[in-house]
Amino acid sequence: MEELVVIGNGMVGHRLIEALRDRDGAHHWHTTVVGEEPRTAYDRVALSSYFDGATAEDLSLGDPTGPHTDVHVSERATGIDRATRTVTTASGRTLPYDRLVLATGSTPFVPPIPGHDLPGCHVYRTIEDLDAITDSAKNARTGVVIGGGLLGLEAANALRLLGLQAHVVELAPHLMPAQIDEGAGALLKNLVTDLGVKVHTGTATTGIEPGDDGRAARLTLSDGGHLDTDLVVFSVGIRPRDDLARACGLDLGERGGIAIDDTCTTSDSHIMAIGEAANHRGTVYGLIAPGNAMAEVVADRLVGGDATFTGADTSTKLKLLGVDVASFGDAHGRAEGALDVVVNDAASGRYAKLVVSDDATTLLGGILVGDASAYATLRPLVGSPLPGDPLALITPDGGAAVGADALPDDAQICSCNAVTKGTICDAIHSGSTDVPSLKACTRAGTSCGSCVPMLKQLLDQAGIEQSNALCEHFTQSRAELVEIVRATGITTFSALIERHGTGRGCDICKPAIASILASLGNGHILQGEQATLQDTNDRYLANMQRNGTYSVVPRIPGGEITPDKLIVIGEVARDFNLYTKITGGQRIDLFGARLEQLPAIWSRLVQAGFESGHAYGKALRTVKSCVGTTWCRYGVQDSVGMAIRLEERYRGLRSPHKLKSAVSGCARECAEARGKDFGVIATDNGWDLYVGGNGGFPPRHAELLASDLDEDTLIRYIDRFLMFYIRTADRLQRTAPWIEAMDGGLDHLRDVVVHDSLGIGAELEEAMERHVAGYSDEWADVLADPDKLSRFVSFANAPDTPDPTISFTTTRDQPVPGTPLNLGMPTPRPQEATR
Amino acid sequence: MSTATQTETWINACPAHRLHPEDGVAVLLPDGRQAALFRTHDDHLYAVDNIDPYTQAAVMSRGIVGDRDGQPTVASPMLKHVFSLSTGHSLDDPDTRLTTWPVRIDGDTVQIHTSATEGTP
Ligand code: SRM
Ligand SMILES: Cc1cc2nc3c(=O)[nH]c(=O)nc-3n(C[C@H](O)[C@H](O)[C@H](O)COP(=O)(O)OP(=O)(O)OC[C@H]3O[C@@H](n4cnc5c(N)ncnc54)[C@H](O)[C@@H]3O)c2cc1C
Ligand code: SF4
Ligand code: FES
Repeated sequence: MEELVVIGNGMVGHRLIEALRDRDGAHHWHTTVVGEEPRTAYDRVALSSYFDGATAEDLSLGDPTGPHTDVHVSERATGIDRATRTVTTASGRTLPYDRLVLATGSTPFVPPIPGHDLPGCHVYRTIEDLDAITDSAKNARTGVVIGGGLLGLEAANALRLLGLQAHVVELAPHLMPAQIDEGAGALLKNLVTDLGVKVHTGTATTGIEPGDDGRAARLTLSDGGHLDTDLVVFSVGIRPRDDLARACGLDLGERGGIAIDDTCTTSDSHIMAIGEAANHRGTVYGLIAPGNAMAEVVADRLVGGDATFTGADTSTKLKLLGVDVASFGDAHGRAEGALDVVVNDAASGRYAKLVVSDDATTLLGGILVGDASAYATLRPLVGSPLPGDPLALITPDGGAAVGADALPDDAQICSCNAVTKGTICDAIHSGSTDVPSLKACTRAGTSCGSCVPMLKQLLDQAGIEQSNALCEHFTQSRAELVEIVRATGITTFSALIERHGTGRGCDICKPAIASILASLGNGHILQGEQATLQDTNDRYLANMQRNGTYSVVPRIPGGEITPDKLIVIGEVARDFNLYTKITGGQRIDLFGARLEQLPAIWSRLVQAGFESGHAYGKALRTVKSCVGTTWCRYGVQDSVGMAIRLEERYRGLRSPHKLKSAVSGCARECAEARGKDFGVIATDNGWDLYVGGNGGFPPRHAELLASDLDEDTLIRYIDRFLMFYIRTADRLQRTAPWIEAMDGGLDHLRDVVVHDSLGIGAELEEAMERHVAGYSDEWADVLADPDKLSRFVSFANAPDTPDPTISFTTTRDQPVPGTPLNLGMPTPRPQEATR
Repeated sequence: MSTATQTETWINACPAHRLHPEDGVAVLLPDGRQAALFRTHDDHLYAVDNIDPYTQAAVMSRGIVGDRDGQPTVASPMLKHVFSLSTGHSLDDPDTRLTTWPVRIDGDTVQIHTSATEGTP
């Protein structure tokens, strides 16, 4: 093994480690990573979401430590000795290397104006910077960002999210001078101003004066004016961190940055540099895509390849303060004879410019502000013949005319990860049939996501019907069937398949339709034909176990239970010889009940006041709680009360997949609400609502949908969220993949739930009211109905004879299945749930 | 086949009205084996082994009845393997099959022919 040392564990250094791990199957390299930040790499591009509910953990790109990779965090490299090929670190380590990669990134530039280092002055690059800004913002009312570029606007939005009046001071005559032109800048200024950010362009900051407390308090401006503020964020540009390289005598670029050639090698053949620290032929790239491309080149070279980096696309598409801004290719029309085609529609808030060659045949670049939906199709066309009249491409709806078919094979579809149309089409031909699998095999779509619509188009074009068909019996998707059932008022499977399907159904469509019928309120799930549609567990309102017996899970709302009820559970378990276990859902499971015992067990439970826990259903399972204000000295709201209220409201609600929830009484989050489909966390002012979390495979954290809600608003939003999910999700799609697959993702969901953008809020709430009003306990209903009870027998010709194949032995004083069965249980796949 | 022995080996499974379309029941046979008895929506009757060959649990009668390419099927509730009701064959694994038995209705009683050799009809 040879030694590779990587200095810097930022985004690009991280990509290098991943790329090398993919390629170095022979374990030629042992890698040591030295990173100065107190944590391993995180998604700096998404840094601002930290102000929108994301945690450091959400942003993490994953710990790169592995069998052949050592990682030292909170460790700064302090020197490179090229003669002995060693790196020294602040804590005194000496690390020998055969190859060294510098991935040290850059630092925000702070102009040396008077007062730049006062307390209350910040930069915007690391999680620690953001924590410091949050700290300063407490008790603050106004914040100023110096610099109106891309990052400056992000920082301004952050200040807004922190509740401050945000100002942006920009030296250039318009915002985002590096990316967009004056016309676009003017429109952007209007849009941003509408959002409540005060913009001062063409203005320099000459100094910062302290207030009585010694903190930054007032900016003096070049026009002689001044601006009072409580905090300042500098965002005027970045400087490559080339200090280590400089100190050991490596060549630097003219304006800084470690000089590298097309192989990413520095002036020392044992040292390479990548990312924002590198200067490639005079350019320092301040974007992630070129850095990733460099990382891939180095990984390839380390395993003997001959990849090269020959420059990169600097196209960007951003949503700044909710405003779409995109710039791509030669956005400023610097090419000889380039022509501009501009649509500037201030009234509707759109600006679009295409830069075309002097004969108007080739697209060179462009800028889109206000509506950047055409970006995904236009950017890959750069350098290609225009598929039509350029003006038509940027007038509203014109962009839709350009399809993926117009693109050449070498057009880059995903600029973040440098994936061409050719590569994606190859993946499709070798069997990728949906966006997730394209993401997995090509990496396309895994960073900023703006290319995902193109991935869908390419799949469509390859004739891969993004088939939504439920199964061989129904060509419709689950969501379409919901609409059919709602519109036609059909109440039985037979009628539905006769009019809208073929054949007699199967174990895929029957349970799916049973669930739709149940969600829309069609009576007891074992009523008549409905009983025959139900999947394994719903069929007998209990969970089938490996030996054909069942488990029984009474509902224990919020996990709160009286001693008397606990005793009843104990007595029932003892009398029927059931195995008992506390579940992961804050309740108790009784295992090993034979089919014909279920009614007797449940009549005891129902008598004691228990109800079905729906552990068997694609339905609400549990709402877990922590003790909250009732007992806990930290609690700020009554989390148990809320959990019980939610569990009692949504119990029995059938859904595309199971639903779980939890309520925590404070931010310590003892109930693990962020691991749930909908999680509620108490705040000083009310409740924060998180959605789209789950354990299982793969685990996901829920994301913040809305904060500081009062109780009624909280319930209203959850009503809407759940009903919208029930109507539109696929079969066996939990909330997280549902949100992920939604056009517009969480933002769209928030629009629908919070801002009622589809105008269906009231309808969704009514549907939930109907569910709540129509709820009755499924097991009590069965016990009251001889017809339904008649199904609970072991044999039609010997109703009380126990199944002779069932036997038990004793383990740790409890009954467990007797004969060891070889189930060969397949590894659960998320979409192919067992039940 | 002599009619005399045939009558002797038909055993009463259940009253016909007890067997609802697409809702199976289990039947305990005199030799201790178990049959899963089904009526399809077009009133055909089928009996297959109640024991799921993949898991050895006696649960086939609790499976979902449907069809695949027009052929009547039942899906095991345990791990969702699908079997042909008419031949007993697993539709995904030609080496695995369920025993099948002839079924008939005698008056108001559904009967299963138990001495038939495995694999008929
Ligand atoms: C009993 C219990 C384990 C325990 O002993 O604690 C359990 C048992 C089962 N889980 Fe679970 N899960 C149990 C809590 C959980 C939890 C923890 C939680 O709810 O906080 C999780 C992770 C959280 C989550 O769901 O996001 C969990 C994630 C799963 C998954 C993966 C879901 C996913 O989206 O990937 C499955 C498979 C599925 O549903 O398709 C599953 C499926 C199952 C099944 C139904 C498997 C099966 O097909 O037989 C098990 C049957 C239980 C039974 O027969 O009663 N169980 N399961 C827990 C019952 C909780 C309850 O009171 O209802
Ligand atoms: C708020 C924000 C938003 C952004 N948005 C976008 C966007 O939308 N699109 C886009 O393309 N780009 C965006 N960027 C830029 C993008 O994040 C960077 O291009 C990318 O992170 C560069 O990666 P890097 O690994 O080169 O540098 P970094 O991610 O900065 O990593 C360098 C790491 O090296 C460490 N380090 C430095 N010196 C030493 C040393 N001597 N010893 C040990 N460790 C050291 C640093 O602490 C740091 O952790 C954004 C950046 C920010 C700050
Ligand atoms: S989440 Fe907060 S209120 Fe609830 S138990 Fe934990 S510390 Fe107490
Ligand atoms: S272009 Fe950003 S993920 Fe593909």
